[in-house]
Amino acid sequence: MNETLSTTTHSSARRRLAQWWPYLLILGLLVLFPLLAGATIGDPAAAQDGAGLSSLMQRAESGAAKFWQGMIIQILIFAIFAMSYDLLLGYTGILSFGHAMFFGTGGYAMAILIGRNFNWSFGMALLAVILIALAQSLIFGVLSLRVKGVYLAMVTLAFAEMFYILAEAGDFRKYTGADDGLHGFPVPGWLSATDHRTRFYYLTLIFFVAAFLIIKRLVDSPTGKVMVATRENEHRATMIGFNTFWYKLTAFVAAGVFAALAGALSAMYLVSVTPSMLSLGRTIDVLAMTIIGGMGTLVGPILGASIIQLLGYWLERWFGASWTLVYGILFMLIVIFLPYGIVGTLRARSFQIRDGWKQLQQTLAGK
Amino acid sequence: MDDSILIETRELVKIFGGLRAVDGVSMTVRTQTLHTIIGPNGAGKTTFFNLLSGNIRPTSGKVFYKGRDITGVPPYRRAHIGIGRSFQITNVFPNLSVLENVRLAAQAVGHDNYKFWADHRRFHKYEERAQAILQQVGLASQTNLPARLLPHGGKRKLELGILLASDPDLLLLDEPTAGMAREEIPMLMEVIRSVRETGKKTIILVEHKMDLVMNVSDRISVMHQGQLLAEGTPLEIAANPTVQKAYLGDLYGDLTEGK
Repeated sequence: MNETLSTTTHSSARRRLAQWWPYLLILGLLVLFPLLAGATIGDPAAAQDGAGLSSLMQRAESGAAKFWQGMIIQILIFAIFAMSYDLLLGYTGILSFGHAMFFGTGGYAMAILIGRNFNWSFGMALLAVILIALAQSLIFGVLSLRVKGVYLAMVTLAFAEMFYILAEAGDFRKYTGADDGLHGFPVPGWLSATDHRTRFYYLTLIFFVAAFLIIKRLVDSPTGKVMVATRENEHRATMIGFNTFWYKLTAFVAAGVFAALAGALSAMYLVSVTPSMLSLGRTIDVLAMTIIGGMGTLVGPILGASIIQLLGYWLERWFGASWTLVYGILFMLIVIFLPYGIVGTLRARSFQIRDGWKQLQQTLAGK
Repeated sequence: MDDSILIETRELVKIFGGLRAVDGVSMTVRTQTLHTIIGPNGAGKTTFFNLLSGNIRPTSGKVFYKGRDITGVPPYRRAHIGIGRSFQITNVFPNLSVLENVRLAAQAVGHDNYKFWADHRRFHKYEERAQAILQQVGLASQTNLPARLLPHGGKRKLELGILLASDPDLLLLDEPTAGMAREEIPMLMEVIRSVRETGKKTIILVEHKMDLVMNVSDRISVMHQGQLLAEGTPLEIAANPTVQKAYLGDLYGDLTEGK
């Protein structure tokens, strides 16, 4: 009896490991990345004292190692933003054209509150960002979730434009910097991404992992299952007893809060916020990331954020100003040939891939 | 209040534009009976059903369920007080597995829907219930198939499974056999019969196939042009001259004239 029990626990632990190892591998790589980068592409001259870990850390703060940490920071920030969008579009089926509203408001709230007008501490400002996002997403969720589909897209677009105009308006220049935005606001020294790139990297990584775990838990919960049911067939979901409005609002609020956190991190990293953070273009970016990676997969948007950031960087280096043209063509090819995004298509085809793999093995075995 | 009456409508009227789709229908359905509504196309059967399930609001009149006025109660609340309905046109969650389709319906009437911090797999009772239901409707071998890949007959069975999962007291079945292959129909009717006998359920059935309903129904109501033309036991209905003229006559009149 005892033996059976321990075997089952053992096998369930093994099953869990089998399910989680790709995530753990990627997390491990991300955790070690600053050290690996320091050892390989960091500037050896940057290591002034001693050897071992401290010299590695110093090398990580220099040259290409510093640059690529910055790249990953931006990828992780956009991945948080894209995961939040996936919760809306991929899991609940809400097509919002105004998601940048939360990203931008989070960024502006952070910049203004830690700025010279208020001088709040980072922790207080972060708490305020979350509370503001909660209130904002509740209000605009209640207002816009009354309609569906294209109409919802239009309503959310209108709300986001409202905030864009507000940020650009000269009337609040003292707080928002109007069309210039805010730059060089006093980010606390211990968190400066310029002086302590690796520290900021780990801060972003913690936020990213937390966002991933929380959103994953949400979509795997009974509540998340109702969100998926709402996406699949809202009418039937209502008929079997779900008041779908509340589930859509839950998704909208959670998505709004994570988008705002991504925006706040972006503001801290770049030490700059501009009205473009609130623009339709920013929503389209995150929409493209979600679609390329695969809607309703959560991992897909992370991949999408990575691809778009890296493509943007490399294409600009190779093609100069005309890189957006190449990017547009690539985007079209992905949408045509991978209609469910990269991860979505892989998952949909996993049966065929497994079958094909089996056949290949049989052929190789000479059967 | 008579306890044996489960649902009752009083002078129910629904007007679409100028059309009186349901025109003053008063009907009582007793608990644990199978009550069938028949009538030619356009008689207002589906509109009447939509009024019972709350999909549309009546222009006038009232609906009472277990003695309580539920005329203005929204559909998602009706599921919680024990009213469930199936649809004439298949209405499932196409990309979710057969099991998940039914599991969701079981979860819907539970009290764990807002537990967003817990993994849904922890709530075994819903999955076990879904498995049992799928066994009952004959889909146990296809639990992991996405619902959209089921053949039409399978989707009809799933439709019934979703309905049963929420364990309603009153089942509103809108042509459950619509479009099914002839050889699959007896199996579905058998499920309906067994549900009624073992689960102490009340069933209101809309059906076109007269031969099916004659055997299983306790009572039959005939609708015609939005109104209740006649009501009685299957034998009474079959013998009713008005019904023969209005309903059976409408259907077979052309054939008879042709001879």
